Amino acid sequence: MWYLCVFYHRLLDYRRPEVEALAELFGAFGEDSEISHRSLEWKLPESHHPDSPFHFVNLPSEDIARSIANRSILVKGIYELWGQGNSYKELEEAIKGYPDERKLPYLASESTFKIIVDSFGKVMTFQEQNERIQGLTYIPFKGKVNLRNPDHKFWLIETDDYGSNNGLPPVVQRRIYFGREVGAADRKLLPTYQLKSRNYLGPTAMDAEMAFLMANQGLAMPGKLVYDPFVGTGSILIAAAHFGAMTMGADIDIRVVRDGRGPDCNVWSNFNQYGLAMPISLLRADNNLPPWRTGLREVFDAIICDPPYGVRAGGRKSGGRKLLKGAVGPYTVPDDKRSDHIPSTAPYSLVECMHDLLDLAARMLVMGGRLVFFYPVLREDGSTDTHYPEHPCFTLIASSEQILSLRYSRVLLTMVKTGPYSEEVAESAKKKHLEFKENHLKWLEDGNLRSAVFNPADTQTGFAEDSQLNKESKPKYRGKYV
Amino acid sequence: MRLLTHNMLSCNIKGVTNGFPLRLEVEKFVEKEVDFSAEFLRNIFPKIEWKALVDASRSMGYSQLPDEADSSMLDSDDFLKKFHHALLELHLEEGVLICPETGRRFPVNKGIPNMLLHEDEV
Repeated sequence: MWYLCVFYHRLLDYRRPEVEALAELFGAFGEDSEISHRSLEWKLPESHHPDSPFHFVNLPSEDIARSIANRSILVKGIYELWGQGNSYKELEEAIKGYPDERKLPYLASESTFKIIVDSFGKVMTFQEQNERIQGLTYIPFKGKVNLRNPDHKFWLIETDDYGSNNGLPPVVQRRIYFGREVGAADRKLLPTYQLKSRNYLGPTAMDAEMAFLMANQGLAMPGKLVYDPFVGTGSILIAAAHFGAMTMGADIDIRVVRDGRGPDCNVWSNFNQYGLAMPISLLRADNNLPPWRTGLREVFDAIICDPPYGVRAGGRKSGGRKLLKGAVGPYTVPDDKRSDHIPSTAPYSLVECMHDLLDLAARMLVMGGRLVFFYPVLREDGSTDTHYPEHPCFTLIASSEQILSLRYSRVLLTMVKTGPYSEEVAESAKKKHLEFKENHLKWLEDGNLRSAVFNPADTQTGFAEDSQLNKESKPKYRGKYV
Repeated sequence: MRLLTHNMLSCNIKGVTNGFPLRLEVEKFVEKEVDFSAEFLRNIFPKIEWKALVDASRSMGYSQLPDEADSSMLDSDDFLKKFHHALLELHLEEGVLICPETGRRFPVNKGIPNMLLHEDEV
């Protein structure tokens, strides 16, 4: 059945993939194993821009629609649409024409209800809202009004032709929707888990909203095991644990993982703060030389992480820099110093990090398991280069861009493991990795990503002049900056 | 460090072929309660090296696991409880993991094993 899905107007690229992931989680796709069939049907209202908050989605049942909406972070509401129109007259005709058997059960005298008037792109005064509600008397509401905790919530949502120069997606004409709320996101999660009040933070701790989105993309739920190979302060695992998953994390920096900033300020105390189940284990391990036994396969249901891209935090791997370049022979630690020795580490390029992550995921994810991670991209002239790392075991099912600055964004990639791991697969993946490295990241290697992000615009050839021209000719639509 | 983790770790020093399972030297061990999830246990059971788990739990002082196990035993509540206890509730706080082939010692401090290899082992 088709439902009206209204999104919060933020993180635009992340909205539909979240609903798709939750549809998968709540069984909307049944037993069909063909990965390309496992996606929802979407429609946009006539002449609406894809960035519009209004979408129509076809979901198999109201229960699934409710589960999806209630667990999501970006769905303002999923509504059973009773009517829509360009004017209140049209709306009235539409609602009157909507089948009684769909309406009457929710208008019954024993139930309580509330009507909420909402608008997108404009503000309505309290008086205007009341007038709208008064205009709905043709609907035979028999129940009592309960503003605090009604059985049923009805929404009257209006959007208008508010012009094109205010940073919102362009809308051609007025449209009014009236529907019964089936479910809505619980945004109260965000102030509860916000980083501002978190016990133990690090410089790259994932903010709560994004961590929940990642956990949803990874299908975190009770009975599943989620792994973060770059766990840091555990911000991503917290979100997964909130949804009931068992968690496990590793980091190359032992101070972050074992010591934190004291006995009450470490990863464990973060989990304590929210009353969440502790991670099954945290370990210090190098993703480049992992400590897993050979033959260990398909253990994790999801790997959700934010790898170091070398911009704000650089990755490290085992081996000293001079050692790996052959300038110096390996250092043999004297026996009495062995137990406290902190091995030297070398810079870990983004490309190599990606390859190791994909290899780890190919080996350790169950079939159908999800790999969710952030990938940094440079933006040129407002468009984004879309060459992502690939691996024969994986199918990319979602990529969502979050613009961070004029020249730089991060993309959340969601990959599903669709092919089993074998030595041959590993070999062909290595070849693909070398191609990728040569073709696409020639200039991102050697830390150029960092300098590209932080250098002043003048050093970018021709960029400064182009951006001046662009600013004048294009209307100021904010698009994915929200 | 729980025995689930121990069951996954091995010594991967260059040239070592028999780095699993690591021997446990227990200095401080705790029992921590973990929520029971039969579904999780059933999912993880096929990935566990049973003998390694039995030996490890014995060195932590728990000898109630059967020497051998197969998936039919997952239907028994009693077995699941023992499995759950050994896998998730026995916690090594301080100790050492020792490689069976080279004798290399991996310390476990505050429950966190340090599996990082030194420069000459890479």
